[in-house]
Amino acid sequence: MRASRRRFIQAGAAGIALLATVRWLDAWPAAPAARLKKLDARAVEMLEAVVPVVLAGALPEDAGEKSAAVAQIIEGFDRALSGLDPAIQDEIGQMLGVLVYAPTRITVAGVWSPWKEASAAEIAAFLGDWRGSRYELKRSGYRALTQLIKASWYDNPAAWRILGYPGPPQVVPPGTT
Amino acid sequence: MIEDPIRIGVASGWKTIDAARIDRPLELQADVAIVGSGAGGGVTAEMLSAAGLAVVILEEGPLASSSEFRMREREAYPRLYQDSAARQTRDKAITILQGRAVGGSTTVNWTSSFRTPPRTLDYWSRALGLKTVSSGALDPWFRRMEERLSIAPWPVAPNENNDVLRRGCEKLGIPAAAIARNVKGCWNLGYCGMGCPTNAKQSMLVTTLPAALAKGATLVHRARVISLEARGERIVACEARGIEGNGVGPGPQRVRVSARHFVLAAGGIGTPAILLRSRAPDPHLVLGRRTFLHPTVISGATMPQKVAGYYGAPQSVYSDHFQETALDGPIGFKLEAAPIHPVLAGITLPGFGAPHTDWMKKLDQAQVLIALLRDGFHEGSPGGRVLLRSDATPVLEYPIGDYLWEGMRRAYLAMAEVQLAAGAQVVLPMHESAATTGTWREARAMIEALPLRPLSTRISSAHVMGGCAMGPDPRRAVVDESLRHHQLENVSIHDGSIFPTSLGANPQLSIYGFTARAAARLAAALGKPVPGVTEA
Repeated sequence: MRASRRRFIQAGAAGIALLATVRWLDAWPAAPAARLKKLDARAVEMLEAVVPVVLAGALPEDAGEKSAAVAQIIEGFDRALSGLDPAIQDEIGQMLGVLVYAPTRITVAGVWSPWKEASAAEIAAFLGDWRGSRYELKRSGYRALTQLIKASWYDNPAAWRILGYPGPPQVVPPGTT
Repeated sequence: MIEDPIRIGVASGWKTIDAARIDRPLELQADVAIVGSGAGGGVTAEMLSAAGLAVVILEEGPLASSSEFRMREREAYPRLYQDSAARQTRDKAITILQGRAVGGSTTVNWTSSFRTPPRTLDYWSRALGLKTVSSGALDPWFRRMEERLSIAPWPVAPNENNDVLRRGCEKLGIPAAAIARNVKGCWNLGYCGMGCPTNAKQSMLVTTLPAALAKGATLVHRARVISLEARGERIVACEARGIEGNGVGPGPQRVRVSARHFVLAAGGIGTPAILLRSRAPDPHLVLGRRTFLHPTVISGATMPQKVAGYYGAPQSVYSDHFQETALDGPIGFKLEAAPIHPVLAGITLPGFGAPHTDWMKKLDQAQVLIALLRDGFHEGSPGGRVLLRSDATPVLEYPIGDYLWEGMRRAYLAMAEVQLAAGAQVVLPMHESAATTGTWREARAMIEALPLRPLSTRISSAHVMGGCAMGPDPRRAVVDESLRHHQLENVSIHDGSIFPTSLGANPQLSIYGFTARAAARLAAALGKPVPGVTEA
């Protein structure tokens, strides 16, 4: 793991051109956070910053409801991750490793501030850069990160109210059970 | 309360075993072991059981049924789909929706039923040398399965999402028609993709598999077949493992089934993977190659009126106008609509933040068209290849060349034109660089300038075909036209992997028809003809 992390940093220093040929940092960084199966505390902190940017306008406006929604999204992200093919789980784990490790957060994601302090504009710039990157690895990282966040929110009835989705129909006519 | 035929059947004494819950190794014997319980496995199980053969069915997914089909995406995708509905090609450019449940993809498909298009059958005869695939030879089998599964044109008015396709085509003078569906007493709810809560969908789960179980077949679910055990040219047993609770990895439980004959019906990635892991003979390097997907691109629109694309039969209108073209020319595509549920819509819609959210907040006015590209008929579309990762799980490598990209651009143009003709306020191709546009002139200029490349273009597939092609020539095919393996004398393949190209149509009825014929032949060859079947 140390060797591959060093390689990754060299790639950043030598120019991101090498990125496409370098694998994401391997291995899950640390033990999962409380109540989670996969995500560690640093990944949770990163997601707490990124989720409100990805879902700007789609989360509750009330601060308390909003932070409850973000917590539920992170739990959903964790659950969804653990249902993916083990090989894909590893790759996403490596991407999360890149995002939470300060030197690669700066060189590969371009986010200078620690996630807790990063502004919405800085995070949006990172997402936009990866989304339109010429490197497949970054576009793939953008897609995995945003899709897991979206999938973890849009089946929540709290989200349905904001989207105007009435939810599944009642199949069993009331009073017939 | 809606009756759950599976729970009733299990209570009545069907032989079903959850391999994730056994505490000692399981040894079973059968005349025929069937690996997979989807379209091919289900049909085969019913016919062989009716013939009086002892059948064991092994299925990787769980035995889930209507009592737990609650129309919730977050329950259905992880439980009923491969990789939580997020299976991807090796470069992650294409997302593959494939079922993993008792009933296979038929438990979660959108019910669209088409016979194999005659021009596809002609191509297989003319260009690939197949001898018994004329419409005349197959029609009796398609008719048999249409009757068995109540397949008929959907007589109910399409939902607005599908009607936009119909009206847009009409405005442009393009033919469109109603889709036949395998339903009986359908409530028109729209949640076919999460498991039918009313048992109206005539999937394998509620038709052929219960018939086989009632005849004494054994169903082992949550059992992933790892490999086949060979003795010379014959297979003597297959080895499976129970699946862990979250459905991802194999657990410690072992299941071994010995049988006279083995039918592989694990689908277009699963079946080649079993043969590759088993190091099955492949003298001409055809196994797992030429795998096709109907690569599918997607176009969203906002209509001025309410669409509510989350309700109503998900697919009821189609147009083949754009594939009524020469097979050796630019790639053709089929146009259909796709259901609009919040998770599927959210992960398909590009972007993040306010522009993304603005679209999501108009979910009830959203309309979605899809274009399924007919791959495999041209040298520019050689398909993909199933490989094994270092942990022996399969992954499909599917390179996308210029021939396909060109077709995707034409498909984006065609879909936007149809949507705008039907009155769309704005259209948006599902592509990370696309802009929302409101006129055909703007849309055309925008689409013509889109950089088409992996992971910017949203590409999906719900149809994995090929990889174990049928054909008379072992240099090009894995199985013969009776679907018997060319090298292994007691192995057949009964699933979508037998098709030598894509179909140009949603595959379930093609799989039903081809495997019904093969199952009848197999039963006769094993000395127990299927009652009531004359021609085989």
